[in-house]
Amino acid sequence: MILFYILGAIAVAASLLVIAQRNPIYSVLLLIASFGALSGLYVLLDAPFVAVIQIIVYAGAIMVLFLFVVMLLNAPQEDGAEWDRTHPLRRAGIGRFGAMLAGVLILELAYALMKVNGLGAAVGSQANATTVSSVREMGKVLFSRHAFAFEATSVLILVAMVGAVVLARREGES
Amino acid sequence: MIPLSSYLIVSAVLFAIGTAGVFLRRNLITILLSVEIMLNAVNLTFVAFGRYRGDVDGQIITFFVMTVAAAEAAVGLALIIALFRHRESLNPDAFTSLKW
Repeated sequence: MILFYILGAIAVAASLLVIAQRNPIYSVLLLIASFGALSGLYVLLDAPFVAVIQIIVYAGAIMVLFLFVVMLLNAPQEDGAEWDRTHPLRRAGIGRFGAMLAGVLILELAYALMKVNGLGAAVGSQANATTVSSVREMGKVLFSRHAFAFEATSVLILVAMVGAVVLARREGES
Repeated sequence: MIPLSSYLIVSAVLFAIGTAGVFLRRNLITILLSVEIMLNAVNLTFVAFGRYRGDVDGQIITFFVMTVAAAEAAVGLALIIALFRHRESLNPDAFTSLKW
């Protein structure tokens, strides 16, 4: 109960700091903290497998890839070149307007959620926690009902792999 | 117990933070990180609704979203490396050669 509020607060605060940091390395590390809190929320939702995948794949693989690129490019600060200062989007009023729009988006979503009926029911009150949290059940459904999507995913990964290699290759190399 | 709307509100707040990051930041890496925040907010919604309905479909869609996120990160970071080689900058405003 109290755990939900702690983890949710950590996730939201870490995500806010991600977009408030000027140094991308701190952003990446804070995003890993946010993902850790989210994986705690998944455990609260009786989804331990998703929580583990979140830590291993997201925090462990994708974020390390980001960290590699940040350190490889070695461009830690947002640079203040001339196109940066003279760009019309860089005026302070525009930034405040964007932040205000984000706040309005939060308020709208929260208001819409308040108005929808039936969402007040407690999440964990259904008596099927064993079905939801069982990896066996998940594998059965994944390889029967979602088999086509699973196979399509493998093609997607192949395309992404080839695309990343082609894009990151230096021009002129064969 | 925690009502479903609490999870959805956390997810909505995370999504709005990601949107604000995409619009406010002028650094390609931070923009990609904001997209990851948005994807994770949607994942939380999927898992919460899946738990609410009592089936595993929400978690399975979460796997697919994670796969797409991994592919997106790989291609996006490759693009960022290629762009950085051309301009020595990560500022999206530096890449306006196609703008007339």
